Amino acid sequence: MQWLNVILQGVLIGGLYAMFATGLSLIFGVMRLVNIAHGDLIVLAAYISLIATQAFGMDPLTSLLLVVPVMALIGYALQRGLLNYTLGEDLLPPLLVTFGLSIIIQNGLLELFTADSRKLQAGAIEIQTFQLAQDLWIGALPLIQFVVAVAVIAGLQLLFYRTALGRALRATSDDQAVAQLTGLDTRHIFALAMALSLAVIAIAGVFLAVRANFDPAIGPARLIFAFEAVIIGGLGSMWGTLAGGIILGVSQAIGAQIDPGWQLLAGHIVFLAILAVRPQGLFPKVSG
Amino acid sequence: MIVEHATRSSRIGVALIAIALVVLALAPYWGDRQTLRLLAEMFTFIALASLWNLLAGYAGLVSVGQQAFVGLGGYVLFALAMLLDVNPVLAIFVAGPIGALVAVPVALLIFRLRGAYFAIGTWVVAEVFRLLASQISVLGGGSGISLPASVVLAMAPSRLMREFEMYWLALLLAVVILAAIFVLLRSRHGLALTAIRDNELAAQSTGIGVWSIKFTVYVLTAFGTAMVGAFIFLQKLRISPDTAFSVNDWTAFVIFITVIGGIGRIEGPIIGTIIFFALRQSFAGLGSLYLLMMGAVAIVVMLWAPKGLWGMIVERLGWQILPLQRHLALRKDARGKS
Amino acid sequence: MPDGPLLKITAVDAFYGDFQALFGVSLSVGTGQVAAVIGANGAGKSTLLKCIAGLMHPSRGEILFENAATTNTPAFEALKRGIALVPEGRRLFPSLTVEENLLIGGQSRRPGPWTLARVYELFPILAERRNLPAPALSGGQQQMAAIGRALMSNPRLLLCDEISLGLAPIVVRDIYARLPQITAEGLSLVIVEQDIVQALRAASHVYCLQEGRVALQGAARDLSREKISAAYFGV
Repeated sequence: MQWLNVILQGVLIGGLYAMFATGLSLIFGVMRLVNIAHGDLIVLAAYISLIATQAFGMDPLTSLLLVVPVMALIGYALQRGLLNYTLGEDLLPPLLVTFGLSIIIQNGLLELFTADSRKLQAGAIEIQTFQLAQDLWIGALPLIQFVVAVAVIAGLQLLFYRTALGRALRATSDDQAVAQLTGLDTRHIFALAMALSLAVIAIAGVFLAVRANFDPAIGPARLIFAFEAVIIGGLGSMWGTLAGGIILGVSQAIGAQIDPGWQLLAGHIVFLAILAVRPQGLFPKVSG
Repeated sequence: MIVEHATRSSRIGVALIAIALVVLALAPYWGDRQTLRLLAEMFTFIALASLWNLLAGYAGLVSVGQQAFVGLGGYVLFALAMLLDVNPVLAIFVAGPIGALVAVPVALLIFRLRGAYFAIGTWVVAEVFRLLASQISVLGGGSGISLPASVVLAMAPSRLMREFEMYWLALLLAVVILAAIFVLLRSRHGLALTAIRDNELAAQSTGIGVWSIKFTVYVLTAFGTAMVGAFIFLQKLRISPDTAFSVNDWTAFVIFITVIGGIGRIEGPIIGTIIFFALRQSFAGLGSLYLLMMGAVAIVVMLWAPKGLWGMIVERLGWQILPLQRHLALRKDARGKS
Repeated sequence: MPDGPLLKITAVDAFYGDFQALFGVSLSVGTGQVAAVIGANGAGKSTLLKCIAGLMHPSRGEILFENAATTNTPAFEALKRGIALVPEGRRLFPSLTVEENLLIGGQSRRPGPWTLARVYELFPILAERRNLPAPALSGGQQQMAAIGRALMSNPRLLLCDEISLGLAPIVVRDIYARLPQITAEGLSLVIVEQDIVQALRAASHVYCLQEGRVALQGAARDLSREKISAAYFGV
């Protein structure tokens, strides 16, 4: 039963990892851009939520109403004003520019908020648990986060395959030049994709802030979790990314159970093992 | 028609370098301890940046995880010096081959990833090394360990001599690594690398074994990086997982240096290091604001001068300090077309 | 009422980097006219269409569409003004179904006679295969879908880049047979072709490009085989 609990916790946090990953893979799918600042943007969202709760007295979940639009706007401006200019044949500019962005965000947050560890309080819901079976408990908050993660992924699938915007995103990722021939302003489309990615990041960031302590330096670790979930699950498949996140979460949970110092290492080892044995991931839609 | 490397600017450049080397070698006699330390630090960064440049600018492998080998070199040095009583200076040169050996399975794994995903993969590897290092209690575990006084004292008869020894070691390492890179780039393999740098797809179509060249360069770079890492922590006299595998210290600064100086040119990292340290001296004490500024500068340079400062100079004036270009000379003493 | 031809290109030079692809090319197309641009490979035909469509821009010269300059207009805006290009090699979006490809052609919502229903009327086979992914179609069907996609934007000027490329003659004839339905309401057409026979049959006016220059132009019926061969091959 002990192990069942451990695995259950791993599955639930896997939902959060999947949300980290979805924003990353969305951008890669549409414009072949890997955003090195991805993790730091998650942390930025957490801090914006902090401001919202402190300045306006909101509770964290309500702050989503502010954080999501703000992050989406930042995403649009970021893409339109900076990242659009890095896109092209050469892979160095987007990589180095987003790396520079990562450093800027980390240090900017450090200047504004110091290195102190923070956490958002969500109130009673944080300690609420449900009993599923004898010796099997599930926390309300982790469950909510998991359900929201699944809903976000389902929503994105709907967007991509049932709406005109989704059509435009898929077309632009297929063939940028021909997309322009159909009247799509690709600069605008890319910016919309980034806005979407940052909206997902916003939700993930607020959940992160409620769930655990955060400080300006934890961004890169989130990037790595997102990246590992994408690779384990397989490129190009959103549900695969969910599976990847779950596998990563479960690996970490099992590792932590064996020895607390082994939590992160266990996740990395599973990632490297999958890379060695099945590099295309478990449920790939596109080839690496 | 023959292939010539030198141009008038490179002949001047080589002469200047020779003079500079002599001056630098004699630094213990004209410089104070602070200057020696600063110069030694600059040499290590020139070495690290040149190695990163070789990897990213020539072989097209952008790594944000070279700190894995810096830290590995440091830990190998501490292990050899503390646990096996190896002379620390000798240990530096053992760290190189060990770094290369470790790089082999690492490369086999992460070469399955492409482009930016490869970059993040290198970061994961560095993280794994960091976590593993925290598990090694005999080398200090998570909080790190200091080099025992006995080991330090055994290095040289006096503190002053030890400082001189460290300085010359730094200079030697930088010169050897730069010389090795220069020789590589000037060789047939270097021509292949330059082709890969300019257009990988086209290079592949001429039959160049791109994968094996990249693999070799990755392993050789690990060799050099591990040696520099061993030196860095010998100088610091203390190592811990967080300092050994720090992204900021060993990757962010190195990347900024190379970007600002000029990626894909051998002179780039040298120019970049000089600028970086000049800026650091001017803005000392600003802490994270300094890093923030560097990030912004790197972004601006990447967008407006993607070839870096040296790249811009090369394009406008056609200079080179080191004779690496290949151009056909119609007559033996003509300047030739580049 | 525009007081000039629908499309007027004057002395256009175009470059790919250092390589010059077009040298002082001039061309005009009236409303409801069909013009053909023929020439050997590398003559500059596709480059000319790309300049008109806005995928690339000439470094010298002028392009006027409906008396307004479109010389430097980007492709997505040119589409909104009424210029649609059927690109060489079809280039349907592989992630989209046939119907989605058509729908995205119409996303600019320009008013006009062309709707999804009308495109299916013109090319019934597309209606049958509407929910298949685009790559599942045969070459000829993909070409029809590409033309349909362009028509969905209700253009005033349709540019067709080598629609016969890689298709069997019978399929080519089938497609060309439907062109009159396309031009029936006054749509102007510029077709780039290597199949000279089809081009001469379909077009009223012919331009022959040779190494980036207009080597011959005139009404289709006025040009003899010999004259065309001479211009085509540059002898």
